[in-house]
Amino acid sequence: MRLESKTPEGPLAEQWTKHKFNLKLVNPANKRKYDIIVVGTGLAGASAAASLAELGYNVKAFCFQDSARRAHSIAAQGGINAAKNYQNDGDSVFRLFYDTIKGGDYRSRESNVYRLAEVSVNIIDQCVAQGVPFAREYGGLLANRSFGGAQVSRTFYARGQTGQQLLLGAYSAMSRQVANGKVKMYPRTEMLDLVIVEGKARGVVVRNLLTGEIESHSAHAVVLATGGYGNVYFLSTNAMGCNATAAWRAHKKGALFSNPCYTQIHPTCIPVSGEYQSKLTLMSESLRNDGRVWVPKQKGDKRSPQQIPEQERDYYLERKYPSFGNLVPRDVASRNAKAVCDEGRGVGETGLAVYLDFADAIKRDGMETISAKYGNLFEMYEKITGYNPYETPMMIYPAVHYTMGGLWVDYNLMTTIPGLYALGECNFSDHGANRLGASALMQGLADGYFVIPYTIGDYLAGMPYNKIPTSHEAFKKVEEEVRTRLKKIISIDGSQTVDQIHKKLGRIMWDKCGMSRTAEGLKQAREEVKKVKDEFWHDVKVIGTDEELNQTLEKASRVADFIELGSLMIEDALHRNESCGGHFREEYQTPEGEAKRDDENFSYVAAWEYKGEGLPETLHKEQLVFENVKLTQRSYK
Amino acid sequence: MNVTLKIWRQKNATDKGRFETYEMKDINTHMSFLELIDVLNEKLEMEGKEPIHFDHDCREGICGSCAMYINGRPHGPMKGTTACQLHMRHFKDGELITVEPWRARAFPVIKDLMVDRSAFDRIIQAGGYISVNTGGVPDANEIPVSKEVADEAFNAATCIGCGACVAACKNASAMLFVSAKISQLALLPQGQVERQRRADKMIAQMDAEGFGACTNTQACSAECPKEIDMVNIARLNWEFVKAKMHSKAIEVDE
Repeated sequence: MRLESKTPEGPLAEQWTKHKFNLKLVNPANKRKYDIIVVGTGLAGASAAASLAELGYNVKAFCFQDSARRAHSIAAQGGINAAKNYQNDGDSVFRLFYDTIKGGDYRSRESNVYRLAEVSVNIIDQCVAQGVPFAREYGGLLANRSFGGAQVSRTFYARGQTGQQLLLGAYSAMSRQVANGKVKMYPRTEMLDLVIVEGKARGVVVRNLLTGEIESHSAHAVVLATGGYGNVYFLSTNAMGCNATAAWRAHKKGALFSNPCYTQIHPTCIPVSGEYQSKLTLMSESLRNDGRVWVPKQKGDKRSPQQIPEQERDYYLERKYPSFGNLVPRDVASRNAKAVCDEGRGVGETGLAVYLDFADAIKRDGMETISAKYGNLFEMYEKITGYNPYETPMMIYPAVHYTMGGLWVDYNLMTTIPGLYALGECNFSDHGANRLGASALMQGLADGYFVIPYTIGDYLAGMPYNKIPTSHEAFKKVEEEVRTRLKKIISIDGSQTVDQIHKKLGRIMWDKCGMSRTAEGLKQAREEVKKVKDEFWHDVKVIGTDEELNQTLEKASRVADFIELGSLMIEDALHRNESCGGHFREEYQTPEGEAKRDDENFSYVAAWEYKGEGLPETLHKEQLVFENVKLTQRSYK
Repeated sequence: MNVTLKIWRQKNATDKGRFETYEMKDINTHMSFLELIDVLNEKLEMEGKEPIHFDHDCREGICGSCAMYINGRPHGPMKGTTACQLHMRHFKDGELITVEPWRARAFPVIKDLMVDRSAFDRIIQAGGYISVNTGGVPDANEIPVSKEVADEAFNAATCIGCGACVAACKNASAMLFVSAKISQLALLPQGQVERQRRADKMIAQMDAEGFGACTNTQACSAECPKEIDMVNIARLNWEFVKAKMHSKAIEVDE
């Protein structure tokens, strides 16, 4: 299989404009003859559904939550990047492009990233027009803040609830189209498989979560905007329902899956407190603008933070990276936190935490200013931990947060299955091996508002209008497969709960395919995950039936897919004999302990092809060509 | 710590439903209330019993999925806190904790603690937006908004759509939810064009969904996990009056 990225020719800055002109158009009167399925209603899905419906396509949108507004984009805190240069501090489209490529450790496609930076400015305009209440200065213009991996202030924000405000903007645009009859919304409905007819994606099989009924939906194209796979680790900052099922089933139907080993471990999360823990909570990276990260210089120092004098504290990020200081990119911050804890200098009951201290910022700017910036985050921290961060430093530790890997897509965001698109976190395209803060919201909305509305037309323009009825044998066959699988899960009636098995998987993945990896550990993990898979299919216990509302069955079905995806993550991590971004192989590091890339051998996108149950997947490579940036060792010193 | 849970169990919409009691021993006080239900569910599943169904997702207090009365109060005893952010350290050892689904005609029970809140979606669909298509909008800084107005609009916009306001209200009124959106958009310059039409349509939809009337007891605002202010309801009433009194400059067919 040859991977055609469809990257346009010519100078970077002209590629998207030129490409848009070359894309085929669908006449306005003909758009209503095409049906498009959008799965997922987060930033990417909701913005795509709204924009496609505005153009005149008939959209069916699906989400597993009870309302489209609850998709996990809602929980994004810090902000959204855009190259507006409103602060007159030297920002530009090229600089945002450059920062994103560099931040991603030179493992993303130049053309896609440049387009992302280019349309970033339109996103802000769009959101403001929708009534998104971004933070403003007294003069009435928009405010910005800085984020990790950048030396300009280009992040737009709405207190610590930027994701919520942007999602409600996209949700409202989509709601307007629901009222117009152009979007049909299917909440509490989960996609369980993709239907392919004559080599093209022509529909989905879903489960109505309220009744358990298996239903088919037919369309001319299918857009997946189903988010990331961080919940493979059981504990992550993802919502409880976030899952990889739609993307994974598409993968098993022929869509290549790229760079699954690139997972982002976010440095500022509330540390784990016990076995019962169901998820981890992120504390926005924006806190690193004013908070100082430190641990005691002395190993095993059990004094309370206030009792440790200044000269006995190690502000290790400021010490090691004087120019970026506390604002180094996420992967660097996370690895350093792990390193100091591994040295025995971690704090808190478990020793798996570092301090994030606001005492200096409060002294400098006053309580009121700090509260205006971070009030809701401080409150959230206190609610969860019982400690007041105005008085005592926060304790933080890295946690799984985002997955850069995902379905392979070309420049048009189409997967290797014709007519199947992947948007937002569920594709691999823009963040390379590490995503910069405030770039996830940017990518989700770029894909949904400003890319897919153009590129999908090019595909549809070549399609006949005829609809395939869901009585078609292809639909019936997939429906039967889905039913059989669910019944099989129910019939096992073993002795372990779904969560027990999921936690086992998560433990293996976190220990051996988490913040740092070794070939030896990965090989062990490979065997251990095989065992977990076996345990699942022989010993899982799911109460109830598949023909009713059954939350345990929903979880079980997702966990079965997480286990398979976990195996692929391990294979990918094992094959990539280098360190880059979120993928840190202990064997490959500089003398200072930084990630050491191998550009000669690994400057490619790994794209894995499913070959069948129990068979090893085949690796395909898309070579990355860098014509506009020079590959260097990332340095934030 | 030990607690006793008295939880509403209801098989489906037609089942009458009943309370069932569960003893929870040796609970870690750092646990969240939903994690306590997780622990109970694990135990029930091991015993071959059906786990308690409840809506939950982000567990960070922002998605608005979780919805339950805890000891008679929406989201429990802590001010400005959703059930998922409520931790066991706020309960007493040996306490009896009663848990129920939202009780409102417009929010029918689906199963156990799950209710149908799709009425909220339909209210937003009726007009909770500014009608702009993607593309072709002015530069963001061409629409200056004073910081005070932006902040006030933001305060209204923080609503998570959980339905606690309806659950708290003796009339099951949705006025706080509806007013939060009407207020946000009426405050902003971008929302002016459709201001009256929006108020008119959203309020009509609210009534059609079967929510009760507002009698200003302010229970909604007191129980709102995002502490949405009552001033929004005053604004809604003002917008409604204006929408009704205003003679349309141009009569158009709807």
